[in-house]
Amino acid sequence: MNELTGMSIFAPLLLSVQLALVTTVVLILTGTPIAWWLSQTSSRFKPAAQAIVAMPIVLPPTVIGFYLLILLGPNGAIGSWWVQMTGSALTFSFSGLVIASCVYSLPFAVQPLQSAFESLPRQMLEFAWTQGASKLDAFFAVAVPMSFRGFIGAAVLAFAHTLGEFGVVLMVGGNIPGETRVISIAIYDQVETLNYGAAHQMSLLLLMFAFVVLFGMFVVNRRWSTR
Amino acid sequence: MTRMVSITPDATVSLKHALRRSGFQLSVDVQIPATGITGLFGESGSGKTSLLRCIAGLEEDMSHDTRRPHERGIGYVFQEPQLFAHLDVRRNIEFGLRRSKVPKVDQQQVVEMLGLRDLLSRKPDGLSGGEAQRVAIAAVLLRSPQLVLMDEPLASLDQRRKDELLPYLDRLHDELSVPMIYVSHSIDEVSRLCDYLLLIDSGKIVASGELHEMLSRLDLPMLSGSNAGSVIDAKPWRYDRDFDLTRCNFSGGELIVPGRYDSVAGSVRLRIAAKDVSICLSRPDDTTILNVIAAEIDDLQSSGPSSVLVRLVSGTDYLLALVTRRSASRLDLKKGDQVFAQVKSVTVRR
Repeated sequence: MNELTGMSIFAPLLLSVQLALVTTVVLILTGTPIAWWLSQTSSRFKPAAQAIVAMPIVLPPTVIGFYLLILLGPNGAIGSWWVQMTGSALTFSFSGLVIASCVYSLPFAVQPLQSAFESLPRQMLEFAWTQGASKLDAFFAVAVPMSFRGFIGAAVLAFAHTLGEFGVVLMVGGNIPGETRVISIAIYDQVETLNYGAAHQMSLLLLMFAFVVLFGMFVVNRRWSTR
Repeated sequence: MTRMVSITPDATVSLKHALRRSGFQLSVDVQIPATGITGLFGESGSGKTSLLRCIAGLEEDMSHDTRRPHERGIGYVFQEPQLFAHLDVRRNIEFGLRRSKVPKVDQQQVVEMLGLRDLLSRKPDGLSGGEAQRVAIAAVLLRSPQLVLMDEPLASLDQRRKDELLPYLDRLHDELSVPMIYVSHSIDEVSRLCDYLLLIDSGKIVASGELHEMLSRLDLPMLSGSNAGSVIDAKPWRYDRDFDLTRCNFSGGELIVPGRYDSVAGSVRLRIAAKDVSICLSRPDDTTILNVIAAEIDDLQSSGPSSVLVRLVSGTDYLLALVTRRSASRLDLKKGDQVFAQVKSVTVRR
């Protein structure tokens, strides 16, 4: 029994960490160009784009989950295409969870990056250009290293926020052990079945994990700023 | 394709730019020498920085030059040095060097010339304003630009740092062949560093010419009043140790300046402000003023309601004197008069 509990504690945590890591990597890769565009543009579409990016902060997870369920479902625009390509459904799968998490955590990656990019002095980029760097070159050689803290912040927030999500996962992923049963769902499950001991163990584990991750981020941030 | 900067065979750089913004219009079409430092002088808001930004390609003006800033080979020294905080000084100055296709400038020479040898491993946030500006200038020069733009590089520094940086700028002038445009609203800096002068007002070049000639003109309101003054290149020949004075020869005679200047260093540039020059009809004997020069009145122009700007010629050099209209009328000063100019103060600019 004890062994079984041990298994059932760590498998959901492992899945959660896996999901959060993949989501973070995808979000850094996709969020960086979005954040850069938002930080540099004076387009009239900027406010609309900003609103769309920020929506997951405001909307209840059930609303996002509901629309994603429709979109990713076998009859949805993305879901049906996915079925055609891979032969399996997106909903109630790990891949579906990654897509859902990326949507849900998007603002938590974009906003720290955007504010880091916005705080770069415009003239510093201009200096890099006049020194022979193309826009892309200046972005990688100047903007990215100078926004290091923004990247740390974006990664940690996207990771932590994905780790802590519940509603969207429940609606899009369900509760399939080893596939979509992340730790927040597992805790909910244990509480529902009045298995408070296991719920305690998992909750405490998540609590400590969250503290360690955030603590690590602030330590790194402090080191960076006092260098 | 018209090029923004084209070095023509007769060794001039042609600048042709037009820019329209709400409430401001820039329209420039002028040639400057392809060597030496050209001063761009004008009040704030006159379009100095806008013109530089157009030349560098940082502003989309109405010229046909579609090259991006990194394709133009034009160095830009900003008023606030823009160093990359994540790189040390060495990597900062090598940033442009690595990206230039034809490095022609000797890195060691530039490092020595700007006194950066001991700073190379420092990070930018540990540098003083003057040091940071020297690093920025070195970084720009190492890119081997065809033209260097300097946008008031001293303006963000206090007087002590300015005095510290100016000798380095003198060396740039003496040791480098790359043409530069130096923006300033200080006539002092301009007359010290520049060889050629552009006056800009409301987005237009109102006058341009060789520095000495421009400074001797009486018809330029921007160069009248407290800005009026002449520049004379003189040759030091004898140092008087007892009084710490150096005697210098110029085309019209001798000027005595405080301090020691060596004849081996070549000529010194002396600036004489018009307000420091007074006029006597006969040679004054009992005066505390060291420099009394025989000269001929070349031209007069009223400068404001109560003053007259007088241009004097001594040898082949010009001297300006700002006198009251009352005195000019009392002494009946007119063109062709032989007079004596009393020079109260001479500043050695370099």
